Amino acid sequence: MDRFVFLLGTGLARGTLFALFALALVLIWRATRIVNFAAGAMAIVGVYVGVAVTGLTGSYWWGLVATVLAGGVVGLVVERGVLRFASARSPLSGVILAIGLVIVLQSLLGIAFGQQHEPVPAPFSDRPLRVGGVPLLSPYDVFVVIVALGLMAALRLLFVRTTLGLQLRAAAFAPEVARLLGVRVARMRTVGWVLAAAAASLAAMLAVPKELGLNPHAADMLFVYAFTVAVVGGLDSPGGALLAGLTVGVVMSLVTGYLGATLAPVAVLVLLVVVLLVRPSGLFAQAEARRA
Amino acid sequence: MNARRTLLLALGGLVLAIGLTFLLDPYRNYQLALAAAYLCATAGLTVLVGLSGQLSLGHAALMAAGGYGYALTSQALTSAGVNGVPRFLAATAAAAVAAGVLGLLLGLAGARLHGPYLAGLTLTLVVAVPAVAASVGALQGDRGVRIQFEGVPGPLKALIALEQWQAWVALAVAAVAVTGLALVRDGRTGLRMRAVRDDEVAAALAGIAPARVKVLAFVVSSVTAGLGGAVLTFVTQSVSPGAYTVSLSLLLLVAVVVGGLGSLLGAALGAVLLVLLPWLVGTLTDVLPLPSQVTQRLDGTLALLIFGLLLIVLVAGAPGGLAGALTAARARRRARGRPPAPGRTAARLAPTAGDDPTGPAARPGSVGPTATRSGEPVRTPTEG
Repeated sequence: MDRFVFLLGTGLARGTLFALFALALVLIWRATRIVNFAAGAMAIVGVYVGVAVTGLTGSYWWGLVATVLAGGVVGLVVERGVLRFASARSPLSGVILAIGLVIVLQSLLGIAFGQQHEPVPAPFSDRPLRVGGVPLLSPYDVFVVIVALGLMAALRLLFVRTTLGLQLRAAAFAPEVARLLGVRVARMRTVGWVLAAAAASLAAMLAVPKELGLNPHAADMLFVYAFTVAVVGGLDSPGGALLAGLTVGVVMSLVTGYLGATLAPVAVLVLLVVVLLVRPSGLFAQAEARRA
Repeated sequence: MNARRTLLLALGGLVLAIGLTFLLDPYRNYQLALAAAYLCATAGLTVLVGLSGQLSLGHAALMAAGGYGYALTSQALTSAGVNGVPRFLAATAAAAVAAGVLGLLLGLAGARLHGPYLAGLTLTLVVAVPAVAASVGALQGDRGVRIQFEGVPGPLKALIALEQWQAWVALAVAAVAVTGLALVRDGRTGLRMRAVRDDEVAAALAGIAPARVKVLAFVVSSVTAGLGGAVLTFVTQSVSPGAYTVSLSLLLLVAVVVGGLGSLLGAALGAVLLVLLPWLVGTLTDVLPLPSQVTQRLDGTLALLIFGLLLIVLVAGAPGGLAGALTAARARRRARGRPPAPGRTAARLAPTAGDDPTGPAARPGSVGPTATRSGEPVRTPTEG
């Protein structure tokens, strides 16, 4: 029972990270109808900058800030420089462009920093705290959950309560009408990319200390799991992303704990297949709202 | 192109390619065999993406299915005392069946999904390959499965080297795969695939079952990818998850886009590029006076960088790929022979011909299924 509670806690902590990363995919999907297959590679660029800044300043916090800023800049450059050329008529051209971007970014990072895994220390202890004798979350897990949930809440406030958020939503859901009403749709699209890329970079930065370490492919698995989360939650639904993120996190944690780590990717694949067979657009997608 | 011409062309090409192996040294023959193995996969992928509009990022997993199917069958037959040609044929058939079954499952899922969902599903599949290899005992984890050494058959032993024999076998299998795909493309099935790609609703109204056509495209494509895996296993005499990574999957996509989506000639050019470019870059970095650390970092990654840049530039600027550029060059030559067309036509043809060889069909829009105005892909009525 102790073990189950521990795995549940770890799963929920990982799940919030998946949810944050998935939210980045959801933001871009809503704004441009592109699944950003380059999200992992873009995020890892931000992490490299963040780790470098931490190394220079000696402060984890400056590194964290730098990660978010660098992620935003990468989002800006990618949207303006590459994915603008994606054909609106074909869902595949965006995917193919993003794949090209993954290859370019990862090989550039490989040339600049090499392929080895660099350890990234966590800013807090990684030893689980005991609550009533039961090992639960580590301080670092608590930190991750707070930052991830805080950012998600901030994004929700931005979208629901501010004029910018209203314009972002309008540009995503009815670009033609929004343009007629004076919303700069192209600019809103760019803002969406910047927000999403910054959030993804932050998620990757939080995930890296718990994984093997930093290398050009460090976010690949994070992307695959986040994609599963986004699809399970319905690519359109931020709430769905959170719920699905927690679900996938817990499922992975339980599979890893009871059946072994090698089976976790297979479990995720099975989950993805089952969901897609039952609901081809994800569990929380609202097909009618999208068609309007 | 009618079927008989396709068959004659394939036979001629095969004889020519086998003749070519006599002019090449062993390492070049080895490279030729690798290119032939990749050709099986790229040709299948280009038919899947270009003709039926379905994107797979998991073709390396299908190659792996073929590779493991080949290796396990070959091992089983070796211990049963079967050798030589019968063993090769049976193992290759097993490879085709294994990849075909996996492709059928993917296709059944794919028929219900569109664009990015299918891409994500196939990507997850290829990520799960090492996990499957590690958790199924018979696949022996990271070490992979080794097969019995398959040497040059007796009568030929005095004439040709091992690499040349392997190139022959690889070329023969690739010829069968590509010919099959060409026949599918030129036949009724190919027509149906294009109809479903361009407008699923219209195709359904015309009496085509879009789901069935999409599944069929996936199965055909998977079988040839599986043959590619079988050839790769035959040439390298082992199969392991390390050979079928996400990178290989993405490179296969690069190859078909760079070669020209939907064109079998493009798939061949792409497959050759997959083998030659890393080798060329490696040779170049060895020749240049660079510190060994830099050379080590550039090794492998620089070729990837070039592939990625090519992919982006081509999708953004010249969706026809290399094959499209060839067609365009031919069109330009023909246009030069004719008197200049009145008005702006001639002036417009010259600068855009390189980008747009065959009109709307080669535009980025043709990469995938047509979407409606809002960008929402057409749904089949059954989903409602």
